[in-house]
Amino acid sequence: MARFKKKKPDGAQKINTSALPDIIFMLLFFFMVTTTMREVTLIVKVQAPEATEVQKLERKSLVSYIYVGVPVKTQFGTESRIQLNDAFANPSDIPEFIATEREQRDESERKFLTTSIKADKKTRMGVITDIKQELRKVGAFKINYSSRKVANFSN
Amino acid sequence: MASRETPEVNAGSMADIAFLLLIFFLVTTTMDIDTGITRKLPPPVEDDTEMDIRDRNIFKVLVSSSDQLMVEGDRTDISTLRMDVKEFMTNPGNREDLPEKELRFIENLGDIEVSKGVVSLKNDRGTSYEMYIKVQNELTAAFGELRDEVSIRFYGVKFTNLINDDYRKAVRKAVPMAISEAEPENIGGN
Repeated sequence: MARFKKKKPDGAQKINTSALPDIIFMLLFFFMVTTTMREVTLIVKVQAPEATEVQKLERKSLVSYIYVGVPVKTQFGTESRIQLNDAFANPSDIPEFIATEREQRDESERKFLTTSIKADKKTRMGVITDIKQELRKVGAFKINYSSRKVANFSN
Repeated sequence: MASRETPEVNAGSMADIAFLLLIFFLVTTTMDIDTGITRKLPPPVEDDTEMDIRDRNIFKVLVSSSDQLMVEGDRTDISTLRMDVKEFMTNPGNREDLPEKELRFIENLGDIEVSKGVVSLKNDRGTSYEMYIKVQNELTAAFGELRDEVSIRFYGVKFTNLINDDYRKAVRKAVPMAISEAEPENIGGN
């Protein structure tokens, strides 16, 4: 009788891949949400120092960054330099930088503005002190010394 | 004749498009969470007003340009700094040369002895940032441990695990982060 056809033992069975785009989309959304585009390209080398008692910087939108380190390109010298936005700067440029950072934020949120100092661990404190003095002058008191969290110091 | 059924859209390339986007975000993503030591700078001083703090209440920490540590006039190692600060701030034996304590009423805690001690940190312009952060780290750790002690005594949990904001505020008041950074000056030796 031909009413019931015998199932043919076909070699490679097809896997249903219709859910594949969904999985990929899920991953995609995950990365879309977690991604933070680097706003500046670093022109100074920054290797953050290590610390055990670090805190997470919350509300990244309220953080302005000051980078300090040796220029990547040696033609700019081997002395530690300050980088604000995309250019080298002097300590005297900091008040203006803070002023523009403040203007970009909502008035009610300005007082929560934190300045994160991302300095290389080989930097001398002289530069950092200059920055701190400038920040004090303009009333940007909340600062954060960017450092990597380690469980223990390795000597 | 055309079929009456709605024609199906070929979704086979959907995965490819999604993959392309996925790879783009995979490449651009930076997962680094910003961490660091948070500090509050003091407002600028208008004139040269000498702060009137008794000598016994000041714990002097000096970091030289060659990254050497001097605590209360003696050369020491960073490994003992945390213990020294804790001992100074708590003054367990009520010694004369360690800071005074003041009985203060703090909401949620009641009457509690608050140390009048201040850690004065001074560094040279030539001090390396790494050393400075290490010292700041030890100071933070010392104060953190003191807060933990108070928090455990009153609430049974570590300060970092304390959720109630009022309680946190109380502990912060009981153990204020008394770190003072000296006005910059060249303290010699380059």
